[in-house]
Amino acid sequence: MADVNRGSRPLSPHLQVYRLQIPMTTSILARITGNGLIVGSLVFVWWLVAAAAGPDYYAFVNGIVTSWLGLLVLAGSLWALWYHSLAGLRHLLWDSGHGLELATAERLGLAVVIGSVAATVVTLALLAWA
Amino acid sequence: MEHLTDRKRAEGRGSARSGTLHHIAMMISAGALVILVPLFLIVVVPVIGAAHAEVAAHFARPFPALVAALTIVVAMHHFRGGVEMMIQDYWQGMTRKLAILAMILLSYGTAAAGLYAIARLAL
Repeated sequence: MADVNRGSRPLSPHLQVYRLQIPMTTSILARITGNGLIVGSLVFVWWLVAAAAGPDYYAFVNGIVTSWLGLLVLAGSLWALWYHSLAGLRHLLWDSGHGLELATAERLGLAVVIGSVAATVVTLALLAWA
Repeated sequence: MEHLTDRKRAEGRGSARSGTLHHIAMMISAGALVILVPLFLIVVVPVIGAAHAEVAAHFARPFPALVAALTIVVAMHHFRGGVEMMIQDYWQGMTRKLAILAMILLSYGTAAAGLYAIARLAL
């Protein structure tokens, strides 16, 4: 048994055989948004360091951050922050042993998607108004 | 290869017995962020884009400075744990080790830069 061929054994089916389902898709999105938030974090810390460096460098960085591309990144990060927070709360709920019934889990997934978009729109509106 | 027994092949490839602790640490930092992120959105985000003097005066106040500092530190710590899980899921061997090392440097480096900037602005 020590020298059996282990190189050509059949693989178990993976992502390609599954239709995208709500719990699976929303969980994958939680990982993408969580890891993607490093971009917004780096932009924010760069902006903060620029403010500490002095008015001249701040004006340069603030100009980039408040350009349409910068604002697009920040708005995207805001949605990612809301999405990852809501999806994270759902994972904490699941970890406590609740909400695992299929119908409930799917409704929670839709709530996370819709809730994150709604919260982002409301936050952007409040920021624009303030 | 022929001299390896099944047992020898499996040794050292099992659980590191650190997964539960890692998951609990992620839940604790997530709980902290549930409080910090809304505070960050209310107290820190509105000042992004403001004039330099206004930003400097803003972070000279203790509450915005503390919320920004705590959010950066806890968020980067939480990111370090999360990105490590992702790397472990998709990469192996030396690539995995180097990627985790790079992400540790990036996350704690970012946290340190943020703290330094806040200290410069606040003091």
